[in-house]
Amino acid sequence: MLQVSVYRYNPETDEKPWMQDIQLDTGGKDLMVLDVLELLKAEDPSLTYRRSCREGVCGSDGLNMNGKNGLGCITPLSKTVKGNRLVLRPLPGLPVIRDLVVDMTMFYQQYEKVKPYLINDQPAPAIERLQSPEERAKLDGLYECVLCACCSTACPSFWWNPDRFVGPSGLLQAYRFLADSRDTATPERLAELDDPYSVFRCHGIQNCVQVCPKGLNPTQAIGHIRNMLLERAT
Amino acid sequence: MVTTVTSFGRSGLSDWLLQRFTALILLTYTLCVGSFLVLHPQLDYSTWAGYMGSTPMKVFSLMALLSIVAHAWIGLWSVSTDYLTVRMIGPRGNMIRILFQASYAIVLFAYLVWGVQILWGN
Repeated sequence: MLQVSVYRYNPETDEKPWMQDIQLDTGGKDLMVLDVLELLKAEDPSLTYRRSCREGVCGSDGLNMNGKNGLGCITPLSKTVKGNRLVLRPLPGLPVIRDLVVDMTMFYQQYEKVKPYLINDQPAPAIERLQSPEERAKLDGLYECVLCACCSTACPSFWWNPDRFVGPSGLLQAYRFLADSRDTATPERLAELDDPYSVFRCHGIQNCVQVCPKGLNPTQAIGHIRNMLLERAT
Repeated sequence: MVTTVTSFGRSGLSDWLLQRFTALILLTYTLCVGSFLVLHPQLDYSTWAGYMGSTPMKVFSLMALLSIVAHAWIGLWSVSTDYLTVRMIGPRGNMIRILFQASYAIVLFAYLVWGVQILWGN
C-alpha cells in the first residue's frame, strides 16, 4: 500500500489548507503520478487538479511531488516515491485556487511581457520567411517549452518577485525569439530586459534546470540573454 | 521594463557587471594582503606600515574600499528587495525596506569616508 499525502484546500469550506493522508493500493504497478491522482479522484470526486493530454505535451498537470516540481503524467512512482510515501502539493509560490490547482495569472503575465511571438517589420514574402538549417537549430532546446510553470515556481527569485522577475520560463521564451533569425525586434526586446529585476534576479542556482520535465536549460538561455545585453552595452 | 530608483546603477546589466568586477578586485586584494601576511610570519609594525603605506598599496586599498561599497550596496539591495517587501512581511514592508536601505547607505558612506581618512589622512 502506497502512503499518499495530498494537499487539500477548498476556500469555500476550509479555513486553511490541510494534508489528507490516504492509503492506496497500486497493485504493485509503477503507475504515473497522474494515474494515482485519477485513482484518488475515483474515490473522492472533490479532489481537484488540472490535467489534459496525459503524455507530457500540454503542461497542465504541473505539481510538486515529494518536494520536486514536475508533470504528474510523465513521472513514474519509481522516480519520485521515497520510503513508500508520496506527498503531493500544488506548485509553490502561486496562489492556490483549490487543492492542486494554482492561479497562474502572474506566470502568464510574465510570459506576455516578453512578447512571445515573431516580430518582423520587413514586408512579408510571398510564401514564407526562410531559415537556414543552422539558424533553425538555434531554436532547439527553446521552442519545446510547454509552459507548465514547473521551472518558474521552483525559482526562489520568482517566489519573491513574481511581478517583476520574468522567471526562467518567460526568459527561455524571450531568448527563443531573440535567437530567431526571422525576428527583427532584438534591440527593443533587449531594452525591455535591461533592468535590475527582469533578467538579473536570476542568481544561477539552476532549480529550473533540475525540474524541467522537458529537459530544457533556462539558466543557459538566461546566460545567452546576458551575453547579448553585454554585447549591446559595452 | 521594471523601473527602480534605489539600485546602484539603475541598470541590471551595470549592477551585474560591477558586482563581478568588484568581486575580482576584492579577491585579488585579499590574496595580496593574505599572501603578504603568510610570507611575513614575524611581521612587525614598521614592515606592515611600510607595506600598507606605499602609494601603490594605498591606491589598491582605496580601490578595494570603493569595491566593498559598490559590492555591498548591490548585494544588500538585492537582499532587501527580495525579503523586505510588502509581499514577504506585510503592509510595513516598504517602510522597513527604505529604512534598511537608508541605514546601510549611511553605514557605507561613513566607512568610505573613514577609510579614505585612514589611507590618505595625515
